[in-house]
Amino acid sequence: MSEEIVQVERVSKRFNHAWAVRNLSFTLRRNEILGLLGANGAGKTTTIAMLLHLVTPTAGRIRLFGLDIARARHAVLSRTNFSSPYVDLPHRLTVRQNLTVYGRLYGVPKLAEKVRALCEHLEIADLLDTRYGHLSSGQKTRVALAKALINDPELLLLDEPTASLDPDVADRVRSWLADYRTRTGAALLVSSHNMPEVERLCDRVIVLKQGQAVAEGTPAALLRRYGRATLEDVFLDIARGGPPAPSLEHLP
Amino acid sequence: MRRAGSASRVIALVLRHYYLYRSSWTRVVELVYWPAMELLLWGFLTLYLRDLGPGLPNVVALFLGALILWDILFRAQIGVSLAFLEEVWSRNLANLFVSPLTPLEFMVGQVIVGLIRTVVTAGFMTALALVLYHYNLFGMGIPLVAFFCNLLVMGWAIGLVVSALILRFGQGAESLAWAVIFLFQPVAAIFYPVSVLPPWLRPIALATPAAHVFEGMRVVMLEGRFDVGLFWNAVGLNALYVAGGMAVFLWMFRVARRRGLLVQVGE
Repeated sequence: MSEEIVQVERVSKRFNHAWAVRNLSFTLRRNEILGLLGANGAGKTTTIAMLLHLVTPTAGRIRLFGLDIARARHAVLSRTNFSSPYVDLPHRLTVRQNLTVYGRLYGVPKLAEKVRALCEHLEIADLLDTRYGHLSSGQKTRVALAKALINDPELLLLDEPTASLDPDVADRVRSWLADYRTRTGAALLVSSHNMPEVERLCDRVIVLKQGQAVAEGTPAALLRRYGRATLEDVFLDIARGGPPAPSLEHLP
Repeated sequence: MRRAGSASRVIALVLRHYYLYRSSWTRVVELVYWPAMELLLWGFLTLYLRDLGPGLPNVVALFLGALILWDILFRAQIGVSLAFLEEVWSRNLANLFVSPLTPLEFMVGQVIVGLIRTVVTAGFMTALALVLYHYNLFGMGIPLVAFFCNLLVMGWAIGLVVSALILRFGQGAESLAWAVIFLFQPVAAIFYPVSVLPPWLRPIALATPAAHVFEGMRVVMLEGRFDVGLFWNAVGLNALYVAGGMAVFLWMFRVARRRGLLVQVGE
């Protein structure tokens, strides 16, 4: 299947006098995991926020499922979900209560069963009646992931999904995401600083620098192009302006 | 996936606040603590004034009625603003607005939460006034419904504007939630008629829906009749206020999207 779920065309965003994103174009197909890489302030979070209509672009066009999100917000957002370590859930509510509220917001049928099944899959069923604020960061990440999966999204946007997690939990999260894509054919957009994670999880990668896409391709193709053994070395080359010249290229 | 209806999303927001209050006794106590303190302080003062000056007609009824009605206005506003602040404090706004929830549904949810809070507080104050001072607010009769509704709507409108300002200027502006309503207190003619105000302040008072409500309350208590003109003045002004409050909130929501504030607010 090659249906394009996300179409970003020459999108830019300026905050005051600074460009957060400049002239960014990319697509994301069904059953594909796309990684957004870049240093802090490179424009990853702003790009995700524009896809979710939390931030309006200064220029350019974004279409999700072939629809303009500003005009078809409900149709688009009911098929989408998102998770970020920078966005929280109400701390005084239990896991079950939080997921019930979000399940209702997304109109999930048979919600109680859905919540239980999701939590069993993410190994947090024993935390269902625990307050979210009492959870460890690893547990919170799993609950946030449960919230992000509550509506079986066809498009899942994840901002640093394994930030501040120990290697064990981070590995489980990666496995769940890969499994979710395999089971559902969903499209995933993942921003991350974790290069091994990106190498393992993503089919394709876009590297952002100062709001611009400076490299794009499969992880293997980027390694070949930069003559490096790891994506981390590629990332450092790009971040520090090393060779090859940082121009946007679409690699096979 | 079944599309959630607007009503289902609004109910989800109300449910979120129900869960919050169920788990937080401090929030429940806050609903009645300050109103009780106010009622104790000013209630006993009115008893003293009644004994001091027998020439003052209906002083207890006038004062306590005004106090409870003022608190309805205040609680309606703070209820809406606090419903918004709870989302800011929990850094939950972005999660809400990446769901199909619309800003209009969000406003309706805030207003319903504000209404429930107000009913709880007003009920408590009414009962307390009856027990302590043998003052029955329902003695006003049917006009009380008109006063209650008008004060609710004015409180909602101000609450929406306050929420919009917090959205625009961030959590640092949260003290506005408790402060803005007191801008209206001197001109709302709560304890005195508009005619007491200096002439230059009267037009401002007459542009305040609450002033017409409190004037109407005094007509009911002192003359035993319901002034329909005052009622419609309040209704007309409230229509403008609530339309303005919604417009300001939606405008600030657009500004927040343009400036990226929905992602940052609460941080």
